[in-house]
Amino acid sequence: MKVPYFPGCTLNTTAKGFDNAVRASAAALGVELVELPEWNCCGATFPLLADNAMDLLGPADVLYKASLEGERLATACTTCYNVMRRANYALKEDGEILEKVNYFLEHDSDYEGSVEVLDVVQILRDDVGWEGVRQAVTKPLNELRVAAYYGCMVVRPPDEVAYDDPDNPTTLDDLIEALGGQPVDWPHKTECCGAYLAVKSPQATQEMSYAVLSSATRNGAELVVANCPLCQFNLDKQQQTMAQRHAGYRPIPVLYYAQLLGLALGLDGSNYDLDKTIIAARPLLERVGLL
Amino acid sequence: MRVRLSKASVRNDLVHKIEEISGQDLLACYQCGKCSAGCPAAFAMDMLPSQVIRYAQLGLVEKVLASDTPWFCAACQTCYARCPKGVDLARIMEAIREIVLQEKGDHITINDIPPVELAEFPQQLFIGGFRKYTA
Repeated sequence: MKVPYFPGCTLNTTAKGFDNAVRASAAALGVELVELPEWNCCGATFPLLADNAMDLLGPADVLYKASLEGERLATACTTCYNVMRRANYALKEDGEILEKVNYFLEHDSDYEGSVEVLDVVQILRDDVGWEGVRQAVTKPLNELRVAAYYGCMVVRPPDEVAYDDPDNPTTLDDLIEALGGQPVDWPHKTECCGAYLAVKSPQATQEMSYAVLSSATRNGAELVVANCPLCQFNLDKQQQTMAQRHAGYRPIPVLYYAQLLGLALGLDGSNYDLDKTIIAARPLLERVGLL
Repeated sequence: MRVRLSKASVRNDLVHKIEEISGQDLLACYQCGKCSAGCPAAFAMDMLPSQVIRYAQLGLVEKVLASDTPWFCAACQTCYARCPKGVDLARIMEAIREIVLQEKGDHITINDIPPVELAEFPQQLFIGGFRKYTA
């Protein structure tokens, strides 16, 4: 099965390992993610100004180009997912905005709001199915206790983006279970990591990341998996100095779910950037036999 | 704090501007405080999210424009998801930021961020952060 794919800026650069892992894993499960022939940045944050349609041009242009390739568009970066999905929602809901945007885009045909934006995880869940994933696993996670972190982007606002229960999503937990891991039940799976506050206030971001990470550890997790490169960055990076503000803090590695998936499928993880994290995940991965 | 209010001052131009830019009805909020209770960044704010709306409802927009609170909103939408009146507070915060950015220019200076840190930033942090904090 081929699905048009939008990697976005971060998966093309600092999160290349996530991109490599997600493409290879999907392919091994029969889903070929075909990168759009031409794309631009989605904007990296959904524009919240109700009176400004200009900010929707970036995502709308990508959506138009995706519409030439098929009915669905897969994303792995959940910020891209959120922005594209919300932009699409805004275009479909408001004919006036859609008309304005099409007028500015000046393509041969108009975009109609027809593309369905999906997270790759949804395709794995709905098209491959957890049983299909389970059967493809060659290196099970060996009961590794994993906290699936969803962050904000795939659950809020619920009407526009939620692909699962917005209060207690379980899709990534189900994936971990299918891989032979033990998903951890924890209350901070959709709590904000601090996101772009990292630009203004590393201190506030550190406190927010601390709330998330300490909850994961408290509930027994040995590893956190993220689906968004900014969450992964904040949660990993902030641990560098976390013990200075929180005495006795126990570090915990933060990877992408796709890295775990690829390894469990027995794929070669040499281009997954597994050693790029500040809190090393390798000892844990070696212990459970994934490396 | 003693505050003098009048009909004209309560619904002043800045209040209308915030409502227009955000697309939100400020008076829809009945101050239940759910947004403040659940806000993961509230600890860093000098004014609670629900207080931002309250001041704006009373026409005291200057207070809100001078507050640090809108700059600590990460638009995580927890408040909006929980608001019993469907008020999208993240949009109100964005409108306030926009008014301040247009009046005063950039909220952060790129050169203040150590180059080593900057080099580590994922692209989306760069783009997202600078879209939120610069004019």
